[in-house]
Amino acid sequence: MSTLGKITRRTFLVTSAAVAGGVVFGTYKYKQAVPNPLLNSDGSANPEFASLNPYIKIDQEGVTVITPRAEMGQGIQSTLAMLVAEELDLDWKRVKTEHGPASNSYYVGIMLEAMAGHMYDHSTKANIIRDLSHIPAKFLGLQITGGSMSTADAFVKMRSAGASARLALTLAAAQQWGVKATTLKTQDGHVINPASGEKLAYTALAAKAATIEAPAEPPLRDPSQWRYLGQSMPRLDIPAKVDGTAEFAIDVKQPDMLHATVKMSPRFGAGIKSSDTTKAETMKGVEKVITLDNHGFAVIADNTWRAFKAADAIDVEWGEVSYPQDTAGIFKIYEESFLAEPNGTYDEQGDVELVFADAGQNLVEAEYRVPYLAHSTMEPMTAVAQVKDGRVDIWTGSQAPTSLRDAIMAVDELTEDSVHIHTTLLGGGFGRRSETDFAVSAYKIAKQTNGKPVKVTWSREEDMQHDFYRPAAIARFKGVMGLKKPVALDVQIASPSIMLSMSKRSAFPALGPDALIAEGTAGQPDDIDNIRIRTYAPELDIPIGFWRSVGASYNGFVHESFMDELAVSQDLDPIAMRLEMFGDLAPTANKVVEKVAEMAGWTGRKTDKGGRGFAYTLSFGAHTAQIIDVSMTDRGISIDKVYCAIDVGTALDPRNIEAQVQSAIIYGLTSAMSGEITFENGEVVQSNYHDYPAMRMHQVPEIEVAVMENNPRITGVGEPGTPPSVPALANAIFAATGQRIRELPMNKSVDFV
Amino acid sequence: MKLTVNDKDYDVDVDVEAEMPLLWVLRDEVGLTGTKFGCGIAQCGACTVHVDGMPIRSCVYPVGQVKGKITTIETDSSSDIMSKVQEAWIEHQTPQCGYCQSGQIMSATALLSANPSPTDEEIDRAMAGNICRCGAYPRIRAAIHAAAKSIQEA
Ligand code: FES
Ligand code: FES
Repeated sequence: MSTLGKITRRTFLVTSAAVAGGVVFGTYKYKQAVPNPLLNSDGSANPEFASLNPYIKIDQEGVTVITPRAEMGQGIQSTLAMLVAEELDLDWKRVKTEHGPASNSYYVGIMLEAMAGHMYDHSTKANIIRDLSHIPAKFLGLQITGGSMSTADAFVKMRSAGASARLALTLAAAQQWGVKATTLKTQDGHVINPASGEKLAYTALAAKAATIEAPAEPPLRDPSQWRYLGQSMPRLDIPAKVDGTAEFAIDVKQPDMLHATVKMSPRFGAGIKSSDTTKAETMKGVEKVITLDNHGFAVIADNTWRAFKAADAIDVEWGEVSYPQDTAGIFKIYEESFLAEPNGTYDEQGDVELVFADAGQNLVEAEYRVPYLAHSTMEPMTAVAQVKDGRVDIWTGSQAPTSLRDAIMAVDELTEDSVHIHTTLLGGGFGRRSETDFAVSAYKIAKQTNGKPVKVTWSREEDMQHDFYRPAAIARFKGVMGLKKPVALDVQIASPSIMLSMSKRSAFPALGPDALIAEGTAGQPDDIDNIRIRTYAPELDIPIGFWRSVGASYNGFVHESFMDELAVSQDLDPIAMRLEMFGDLAPTANKVVEKVAEMAGWTGRKTDKGGRGFAYTLSFGAHTAQIIDVSMTDRGISIDKVYCAIDVGTALDPRNIEAQVQSAIIYGLTSAMSGEITFENGEVVQSNYHDYPAMRMHQVPEIEVAVMENNPRITGVGEPGTPPSVPALANAIFAATGQRIRELPMNKSVDFV
Repeated sequence: MKLTVNDKDYDVDVDVEAEMPLLWVLRDEVGLTGTKFGCGIAQCGACTVHVDGMPIRSCVYPVGQVKGKITTIETDSSSDIMSKVQEAWIEHQTPQCGYCQSGQIMSATALLSANPSPTDEEIDRAMAGNICRCGAYPRIRAAIHAAAKSIQEA
């Protein structure tokens, strides 16, 4: 229970501002239904539609499911709509979705589950703590799309919303017909009376149903009766994504809209020393050049390209940074951080030092390094903002709309009901769009346009050079092998704390050790007698943030590379060693590893044309194993094939899960091959896709995915494919060439096709 | 300045500089936003449109140099190769975030117009200029093969 004790204290701090009047939360308050954000703020209904609960809106045209998570490519709005459609008996062809307003009612309930214990622990105690963690999560009230949480969070919640609405609609029909509700059925958006053959559309019953109190959490259908869930359903967002009608923030049009861009200090934390904007101001189409908090400029114009050109024409000298000027200097701070007290210690058991003292020649050591990474979403940062008559409207692709609303409110002490966030489709997120910077600056720009809406589009260069980067890391491993598996493992990881970085720009307090630094090395089902994982958190004012799979994005690489090194040191098969290493900790893990070995027809590391590498990572609750085949060609290393077995507990839409896993693997491989952000003069060197490349068609391997369902809990899939992809590639390259890659990106050491 | 886009004539503000890239004329002046901005330096392909059927990167193509008919993703494609491509894209559930997909579809349509049954290597070459950060590549490839098949069957 001590873990929950910690959570509760932290949460009090976090929420004390949010919970008006310092309401003491407890079960009573927790059990209360959240307010329905689709109703007017006084609780009255909107005249244009009936809303049975926060997820359902019915008007003359049909049923709209509110899918309050950002659609950034992962198909989440379709999956969430399936949950409602399943219980509400909707006709899939007629289902419509809307993101809906920013509202704490759409909070992520499983937000704090990861703090509740090891993800592979499914004991009753672990599950109770997980469930209890939903209480503070509710009071945090964060509407966030990330952490691979959306499906698991909605799994019960949105099916319940559908089931509850179905009850209300059935009761309304029963009243109308004067029959017992239990005699009625529902099908494809209608209530049916089998006795009389009559039917009533939900659209006709909605107004009455909205006045009926139906239980909020009625019993749910048994999975054996599912009609949509578990099937590969056509995604609802796809038709608009093939004919140019899908609307991203960059496509939003408002009457009299202006176009703007920003030019911000390329040196983080350093302001404007001197500047001359006269040339920019007189350029064609330019309305105004303004400064943004002394850290940059915005050019407001009548056309985006004209704004870009004028931004280039601003003459400015920037101040100096507080951190070292170049990458080498930055890494020195990392090295020094190992001398300080650890930030956190994880999974400690046994006595590693004792084993090491006896190990002699058998001690295996390795140091790994990974660079900073940019998100480089395909759509650069964009937002449309309008400030008029005391009302703020923001159209943007946000992974955190309530945080964005709060951040805008905080700028000018605005009230909640004056800030309206319209969440569009996102041209990629990967964590970047959980930040609020780009939309808050759009708000500040819109304050200077006399009520006219303004679209703020960042150039690719601004986007790449003003990211919240995946932090670099150094990891030092020591291990000693037993006969079949390691007997001792000691890990030290140095990487700045993302939570500390966040605390400097949001309401998040930074408290205690940051577990994200070690996630993916810590928390693995490693049945090793002697183990110790310590983290160190160098402090640098370089903005860092959530990047697809967060800490696991590099911990997968370092942990799995070292496991391969240990296996090699004893001439062991890495898969045989891994199965030993799991012990009895995680039967689901054994199954994904056995499955991937079977898919690949694994007989060892060598193949006719090159080599193959294995890696396994547990992240975001999903056990994921991969085997990658590489071959040597005269143009360099070719990545030929990826096999991946992933266990998601319950697969809601297998075809979509496959797409997510392929996507996550390609994202990981891209970073492995060439992803690197470096610094000179305190500025990010890379600026666009020529020096921060993305994997292209000819480099992409075939990717075979097996989706498994043994895990006792449902998990998300947006991220877990990324962590094992990087080490599986490194281990394959070792198998093929004998070259062990300990520093990313790999194109520093080898050539790729 | 007069532009012919998707078989319609648009009068664009006479004042538009000849060096303004076609992309920004389409997006901010004509109001056709299906064509996307990704890099501005001909690296990502998000801005791909056709001029007289040839795929070009509109982010670096000065509007003053446009001599032919422009086709964008918004064109009424009902009877041509692009419609087959779009159908295959839907059938294979290709897009993820979708932001790169207008450009991918324009490149794929140009490829299939010139070469109705491309090999994997030919697909690699023709699509090399189009980045997809979501990594929808496996389904882009599968959809191109499927579209090729349906064009041949038509
Ligand atoms: S925007 Fe034109 S190629 Fe990237
Ligand atoms: S679908 Fe997102 S960039 Fe291609």
